[in-house]
Amino acid sequence: MSRRVRRSLALVTAACLAFAGAACSSQGGAQEEADTNSGGGTNSGAGPQLKMAMVTHAPAGDTFFDIIRKGADAAAAANNVEYTYSNDGDPTRQAVLIENAVNAKPDALLVSVPAPEAVKGAVQKAVAAGIPVVGFNAGRETFKDWGAMMYFGQDETIAGRAAGERLKGEGAGKVLCVIQAQGQSQLEARCNGVREGFGGQVENINVTGTDLTSVRSTLESKLRQDPAITHVMTLGAPFALTAAQAKQTAGSKATIVTFDTNAELVGKIESGEIAWAVDQQPYLQGYMSVTAAAFYLRNGNTLGGGQEVLTGPSFIDKSNIANVSKYAKAGTR
Amino acid sequence: MTATLTAPPARGDERLARQSAFSRLAGRPEIGALVGAVVIFILFFVVAPPFREAPSIATVLYQSSLYGIPAVGVALLMIGGEFDLSAGVAVISSSLVASMTAYQLSVNVWVGVLVSLVVALAIGLLNGYLLVRTKLPSFLVTLATFFMLTGLNLALTKLISGGVATKDISDIDGFASAQAIFAQSFDVGGVSLRITLLWWIVFVAIATWVLLKTHLGNWIFAVGGADASARAVGVPVKKVKIGLFMTVSFLCWFTGMHILFSFNTVQSGQGPGNEFLYIIAAVVGGCLLTGGYGSAVGAAIGAFIFGMTEQGIVLAGWEADWFKFFLGAMLLGATLLNVYVRRRAETRK
Repeated sequence: MSRRVRRSLALVTAACLAFAGAACSSQGGAQEEADTNSGGGTNSGAGPQLKMAMVTHAPAGDTFFDIIRKGADAAAAANNVEYTYSNDGDPTRQAVLIENAVNAKPDALLVSVPAPEAVKGAVQKAVAAGIPVVGFNAGRETFKDWGAMMYFGQDETIAGRAAGERLKGEGAGKVLCVIQAQGQSQLEARCNGVREGFGGQVENINVTGTDLTSVRSTLESKLRQDPAITHVMTLGAPFALTAAQAKQTAGSKATIVTFDTNAELVGKIESGEIAWAVDQQPYLQGYMSVTAAAFYLRNGNTLGGGQEVLTGPSFIDKSNIANVSKYAKAGTR
Repeated sequence: MTATLTAPPARGDERLARQSAFSRLAGRPEIGALVGAVVIFILFFVVAPPFREAPSIATVLYQSSLYGIPAVGVALLMIGGEFDLSAGVAVISSSLVASMTAYQLSVNVWVGVLVSLVVALAIGLLNGYLLVRTKLPSFLVTLATFFMLTGLNLALTKLISGGVATKDISDIDGFASAQAIFAQSFDVGGVSLRITLLWWIVFVAIATWVLLKTHLGNWIFAVGGADASARAVGVPVKKVKIGLFMTVSFLCWFTGMHILFSFNTVQSGQGPGNEFLYIIAAVVGGCLLTGGYGSAVGAAIGAFIFGMTEQGIVLAGWEADWFKFFLGAMLLGATLLNVYVRRRAETRK
């Protein structure tokens, strides 16, 4: 780097810093953030610290799984547990992650399993090694096959059906079901559930979930192509927010409804831009998986009586949003 | 890149001969893509009634502009003989840096915008510097930065904002003016257009002017076509390459700013995969993968072909599960047509 370049870089940096000082925003930003620390709860973890491994199928940077992890973090702190976390959306790679986790001999294995065929073998290695397995979020239909003793989650088809029935009750005409990752079985199951519960016309559309501007353009085009669409059903909070923008640009009158929530989405339900959300309470899925495993290891307890423990579906709409809103802002709903 | 020695077709002494306006036009790198674009346009115009309406075309152009703006830089870089696989995630890195700087420090969003510009240019500088210093293929160097940025996007966002998405910055000072520059919509004859379309045209015009009318443009063709002989005749090869990587970073930064100011928050896992769309736009538009040949207008037409096909399939109401298949098939068709037209144009001379 020449000296001139270096000097001008230093100048730029200095200017930026000076500007930063002078340009403090009078509103917004972290300065307005209230102390949202929800507290760890009492320590129910008697005995030595437990080591657990959590392996999920979450794509990187997924807001929904972030809430699951927050629940798991809180439960770990409350129960004197330490856990490792790894994730990969590709089933064969997830299987490798599970094997790695099992090789580290944790006290318990916590897994989400959307593709049991690929992952079953790896999970059963844990079972063979005497490591208790708890399933959550994905894999409800098969959790006993792959050897989990408990399961916390929602049945995607039941949740979809509940959403479909609600759409029917609201007199929906044609529903567009937006799939953000083509070929993922739990997403397809949701749309199929909606189709069953609704009984009317439900059309699927595949969008590129890793590019929100492309999602927005595609939904704009779809809403223009088919004015008969009365409801847009998205399968994740960021996509509902994007659909609301697309609806505006396309001049559509469609109602936006969605699966799952995040802090921003809660605000949009308050303002009415998004009608309602199907909530599977991801925080509980993370929290209960860690807690139940700790109780099993320390006290021999199991939850669910051999059946799954359902954390959803429940609905978040204008009638109960005030209650949910403050938790969503803290990142726990 | 040794293969480049044979790359520029139909050049040499023929350039001294007088050419008719037609054969001059037919010899341009983008002509094949233009024919492909026209054919696809006519196809969708016929099969998809909503495609005929102005607002739909506005969406097509908008989506094309988002592929097209980084593709301008990627095309210049490709003409200069290199690739940038980090471009897709670099877009999101820029918006994350701007958003978190403004939010966490509670400063005017323009501070975040400028800080992220500096960071973006530094990423380009790093890519370019590593390339000229290590002499590794750009494919490897930028693949490494691609992975590092993907990891940093996620890890730093979680570390700093406590979640995998950044916080809403729409109530911070300066948001309105930044949004007006990067992400406003305006009405033209009742049709709502997004400002990226104008910026796209501006960037393509500047790049075309640089390529065709300046020394720098000659240098870019020279370093991509034959980098050893370019160095021998005194072209500052290293500076040109580093500059090209920084140009890509700048345009990615711009796109990142658009994403930030149109969504108010940024999802940290976004971006991977788009780097290939930029490369596709450049290649469909007539840039040679081996360097030394291509045009900015061609990359723009390539981006338009991609955006038009992507939206056209939806507007035509074709079965959603087949979307990617149709997309691939139409790209193949457009590229074959492109090659065919170019061969015809070359033999005609």
